[in-house]
Amino acid sequence: MSLALTVSNIRKSYSGKPVLEDVSLSFDRNAVYVLTGPNGSGKSTFLRICGLIEDADSGEIVYTSEGGMLKHDIRLKRRITLVLPRIGLFNTTVFKNAAYGLNIRGSKGADAARRVDEVLAFVGLAHKKDQSALTISSGERQRLGIARALVIEPEILFLDEPTASIDEKNSAIVEDIILDLKAGGRTTVIMTTHDKDQAGRLADSWLTMHAGKLIPHP
Amino acid sequence: MFLAESFKTALSLIVNLNAELLGIIFLSLKVSGSALVIATLIGLPLAALMGFRKFPLKGVFVSLLNTFMGLPPVVAGLLIYLFLSRSGPLGFMGLLYTPSAMIIAQSILAFPIIVSLSYAAIVGVDPIISQASRSLGAAQSQVSLTIMKEARFGIMSGIIAAFGRVMAEVGAILIVGGNIAGYTRVMTTTIALETDKGDFELALALGIILLSISLGINFLLHLVQRKGAVER
Repeated sequence: MSLALTVSNIRKSYSGKPVLEDVSLSFDRNAVYVLTGPNGSGKSTFLRICGLIEDADSGEIVYTSEGGMLKHDIRLKRRITLVLPRIGLFNTTVFKNAAYGLNIRGSKGADAARRVDEVLAFVGLAHKKDQSALTISSGERQRLGIARALVIEPEILFLDEPTASIDEKNSAIVEDIILDLKAGGRTTVIMTTHDKDQAGRLADSWLTMHAGKLIPHP
Repeated sequence: MFLAESFKTALSLIVNLNAELLGIIFLSLKVSGSALVIATLIGLPLAALMGFRKFPLKGVFVSLLNTFMGLPPVVAGLLIYLFLSRSGPLGFMGLLYTPSAMIIAQSILAFPIIVSLSYAAIVGVDPIISQASRSLGAAQSQVSLTIMKEARFGIMSGIIAAFGRVMAEVGAILIVGGNIAGYTRVMTTTIALETDKGDFELALALGIILLSISLGINFLLHLVQRKGAVER
């Protein structure tokens, strides 16, 4: 794989209350890494720090590519992406939401539109592309969030509780999408979930977080 | 009887598209429209700056702007008069009693409304939008632009509200425009003058048109707010 991530000795507190304590981990192969753990165990914070959305209080987040260390600049940030639990859809059509990542990279026109159509078809939302993104169901929102991330072909895709607030049918669709990505072997998926059965179905590597500490799943 | 007669004449003035009436309506729209454009061009970037940057005394600045939203038009008119009058600091420009002076006055009245309401719309955008945008690889300027787009209905409401205010105000433009027939006479100042003179027909005709415009503006505002609410 071209992009690898190593975090070492990450600590983070919110208003004096420690959330992450000395967390270290390496993500060095194209696989699905699943993080489980109770609510408030620090999974989401860990994901946001790894996804460079939030800074750690101390510790190192090192991205490497072909042996070289990468700066945490916009170029690196454009090779990874994080799908948040609440997604944060923009008040526009499903298509324009999915196209966002390409637009901000200056990629427009027929090729970009084709890529967006492909991804929307991949997550099963092609028929809704002209609809307002704020009127689709919660399961479809989740799939659109993933489509919006996939359109930019991230080398590492972080998914924070991708099936927490959706029904079984949509949950199964999301799992299929993740399994397809796994079979494709080009994207590293690092996700959190509190559904242990789901973790079992998806994980190449299963880790558990407890009270801000990372422990390998037994 | 007298009221009915006045109404009848007023309606015939509107139906027959009386030239004087049309001139007055056109000037009103030109003055208020220009003021709106100027206030938006300056106000919107300022609102964005306030929304995205931290600076000292920002809270005080926001409170001041909110206060100026209720600035009495006559007071604004008086201050601009003092600036533009022959002995004032900008007297050399010869702007007093011109449509330009009226545009300046109305821009100043519209400005705090546009800035305050746009600022409120921008800071009211859910922080998840900024996180989502950043996580998809947006640079800071692109994140800001995305937030502005999300705030568009609130910003539009502010602009429409400002238009409603300047279209209806009389105090400021009367003082700095002078109500000169065919030059600086607009709908509201004509109504005030004609009522003073006891010529109610033209005043009534303009009153009806002004009310219709106001109704139109409010309808537009309602539509924008409903669209914003539905799509949220």
